[in-house]
Amino acid sequence: MNLSFLILLPFVTAIAILFCNGLKQVRTVALIGTAAQFLLSIDLLFVYWKERTTGNNSPFLFDFNYTWFAPLNIHYHIGVDGISVAMILLTAFVVIAGVLVSWTQESMNKEFFFLLLFLSVGAYGYFISLDIFTLFFFLEVAVIPKFLLIGIWGSGKKEYSAMKLALMLMAGSGLVFVGLAGLYYGTNFNGERTFDLLQISQMHINILFQKIFFPFAFIGFGIFTALFPFHTWVPDGHSSAPTAASMFLAGISMKLGGYGCLRVATYLMPEGAHYYAWVIILLSTIAIIYGAFATMMQKDLKYINAYSSFSHCGFVLLGIGMLTQTSINGAVLQMVSHGLMTALFFAAIGMIYSRTHTRMVEQLGGLLKVIPFISTVFVIAGLCSLGLPGFSGFVAEMTVFMGAWQNPDQWYRLATILACASIVVTAVYILRAAGKTVMGPITDHHYNNLSDATWNEKLAAGILIIGIVAIGIAPFWLNQLITPGTEHIMEHVGKAITLK
Amino acid sequence: MGIDFLILMKHEWLLIAIIFILLFIKVGSKEWKNESILNLINILLLFNCIVGFFWNEGGILFNEMFKTDALIAAEKNILNLGTYIISLQSYSWLKNHKHVLEFYMLLLSTLAGMFFMISAGNLLMFYLGLELSSIPLAAIANFDLEKRKSSEAAFKFIISSAFSSGLLLFGISLMYGATGTIIFSELSQQLNGSPLQIFAFILLIAGFAFKISAVPFHLWTADVYEGAPVAVTSYLSVISKGAVLFVFVSVLYEVFKPLAETWYNVLFLLSVLTMIIGNLFAIRQNNLKRFLAFSSIAQVGFILIGISGNSQTGAASVVYFVLIYIFSNLGAFGVISLVSALTGKENIDDYKAFYKTNKLLSWVLAISLFSLAGIPPTAGFFGKFFLLMAGAGQGNYLLITIAALNMIVSLYYYLKVVKAIFMDTNETPIEKITIPSLPKLALFICMAGIVLTGLMSYVYEYIFSLISAF
Repeated sequence: MNLSFLILLPFVTAIAILFCNGLKQVRTVALIGTAAQFLLSIDLLFVYWKERTTGNNSPFLFDFNYTWFAPLNIHYHIGVDGISVAMILLTAFVVIAGVLVSWTQESMNKEFFFLLLFLSVGAYGYFISLDIFTLFFFLEVAVIPKFLLIGIWGSGKKEYSAMKLALMLMAGSGLVFVGLAGLYYGTNFNGERTFDLLQISQMHINILFQKIFFPFAFIGFGIFTALFPFHTWVPDGHSSAPTAASMFLAGISMKLGGYGCLRVATYLMPEGAHYYAWVIILLSTIAIIYGAFATMMQKDLKYINAYSSFSHCGFVLLGIGMLTQTSINGAVLQMVSHGLMTALFFAAIGMIYSRTHTRMVEQLGGLLKVIPFISTVFVIAGLCSLGLPGFSGFVAEMTVFMGAWQNPDQWYRLATILACASIVVTAVYILRAAGKTVMGPITDHHYNNLSDATWNEKLAAGILIIGIVAIGIAPFWLNQLITPGTEHIMEHVGKAITLK
Repeated sequence: MGIDFLILMKHEWLLIAIIFILLFIKVGSKEWKNESILNLINILLLFNCIVGFFWNEGGILFNEMFKTDALIAAEKNILNLGTYIISLQSYSWLKNHKHVLEFYMLLLSTLAGMFFMISAGNLLMFYLGLELSSIPLAAIANFDLEKRKSSEAAFKFIISSAFSSGLLLFGISLMYGATGTIIFSELSQQLNGSPLQIFAFILLIAGFAFKISAVPFHLWTADVYEGAPVAVTSYLSVISKGAVLFVFVSVLYEVFKPLAETWYNVLFLLSVLTMIIGNLFAIRQNNLKRFLAFSSIAQVGFILIGISGNSQTGAASVVYFVLIYIFSNLGAFGVISLVSALTGKENIDDYKAFYKTNKLLSWVLAISLFSLAGIPPTAGFFGKFFLLMAGAGQGNYLLITIAALNMIVSLYYYLKVVKAIFMDTNETPIEKITIPSLPKLALFICMAGIVLTGLMSYVYEYIFSLISAF
């Protein structure tokens, strides 16, 4: 399978949108493009599966290598392992749902869909890159469309949030850049410097280099995934963004960071990861607990989900920091699960907001009676968020906790216990918000005239719910998909211990 | 000599021929319409631009006073291309100007001066080229004849450039005293790092720093950029700066190689100061020309990092970045010159809600600014990436970290303009502008350059291969 299609298809769709006129044409083209991409991603899953079952054991499949900038030994090198396939699927799910919920985007619809698809180009490219230059390239491609999406179509203090998001993410990529430069000059592959992920993984980078540059790379990627204390862009950015952009931001964009922490920082600098594991765990535990308590205080639905995303992404980093096979599996599961769940959550909030014109919990009430479908979706997203068995959140968090407990260090176990305890807080804020908005008496008589979800909204929610339930009920397929990838990473991390 | 001498100096001859054609038109009795003169000039410049790519042999003339090779020819071609774009862009401004011919004669004289400077093989030739390139510039900085600001800009420019020339001359004479030669190839063998040589060298660097407006020698930049006509400002910021940077790289790498340690430290200091101060001042600007002046100061800071790499990648990345910088900066200036020629508005506040009325121009301006900020997939990303990678080759990661943090600051002010264009509301936005065909062509070239020079790796690889030739 030629993976470049994954980048080309959304790109061509984005260009095609520029030649359309009127909302109807634009959204039709966007839907066709994203649907094709969706099918392509599903196809990728099956093709990948087939390759693996026929005994292909190379760490990355379908790889394609083209020399891009020969003087610096930069390659356009792409390929996938199970982790990337999972992330690509996640992206396809969220993007098609995002297009569907923006179905009635009136103002500047052409630009809106163009930017949304351009954003997805960045995400797909990022997940298939095997050369850290290309990876960095696609990471930065995704920054400016977010700025424009939030700043133009957002709500509330949108300019402030857009600027904050763009600058903080740029700071993240600036740090990543320093990390990459350090890695590059720390490599020596047959006398040549290289950006190639596989080549770097085969050599041993000087421990001093790792100690210096691991923090750069990890914090840089960490900013994307709301590493405490660099999480402040998350609540503002998510709550100001239009629905589709929020879904993308929380669903995919934050996962870019987690993926990078795993794939670049931990995989390429395993000694660095061991050395700084306690810092990662400390920060992520703070993020989980602080995020959970901060969410309790929120009154705006979008802020609730934004802060809870901050808390949930802490689990991803916790899983990575614990450095056991199971915990890293859990981190990847949590990325996928949280991506789907939070996208669903934001979609539901967007649907509620477009009808009631408020997102304040206290002004909402009794929605189940008037818009039952949307309310159900909202409750499902909430239940998944608090980790109810049967949904993906439970599987992912459970795996993280189990994996974390496998790490024998006493302090790490304490962190695990504290992180576990935060689930109770999660239950409090989710149940409170869901109960107040969905149950009880109808707070405003205007709500009686609200219409329930349209076909496109039902379809969007349906796609995401299928994903969530598929992981929740049958987690083994996803687990099997990602395990070879995580095992490959753990192999490196394991070697690092013996070197010590 | 013979034919050789014509072909090696082909770039210069062509320019001088064009200047003479213009002169004959001027003294001739026939009255030409401005439009037809401009069309003729643009055709001549296009011809000049194209011919520059052929017959590029290397060689040395006049006892090493003049030298040329494939890299120098490529640098001249880059400058030719930039001048052509600027000429296309200034169409709307010059259409109603009384002194079109004089403008072009002066402009092309400065370009010829830069060519001589790039090709210089000894310090005196270099100095002559530099003077030829800066004195006519002061005259055309004053080409908005009724504007007092324009005269002020020209005056400031001439004084500061005289001062920097003084420094350079002092440096040159000391260097001559210390080594007994002014020929580059002999000079590099005579350098041993004696205090007098270092002193002379620092004076030379100060002269260079003036020309490329590195901090703390940047004070003239903003005022001159603001006062001069947009065409001259863009010329100052890309062409004359680019030419001096080309010379700076080759002089440092070839002539002052023995003093590499000294100049590394100087460049480190200059680049940090230039980036930080350029960026911090750019944040506060409201006039777009001043804004781009400070942003161009900050860009020079990044270029200095690339130069400090002291390697083949360093030299290649500087030439490559200047090419990209020409496209990106001229893209931005192209929009500004159109708007300024039609409405006279030059402030960021005036550009609020620009997108509502001028979709195409807004995107052009935004993409140019993204390229300046170094956002992929524009070429600026690749340019900055290679500059910083070249700098990182020295192992000075402090410098790279400072640069990476400065990228954030620079992104902030570029995004401020983008925010004004796309997000702010305005009761009296700039009205719809119809773009004449020549400026449209210029904008098209810039956009194509911004997209293609980065993604197509051939350009960088080509430049890199030229550097290995020397």
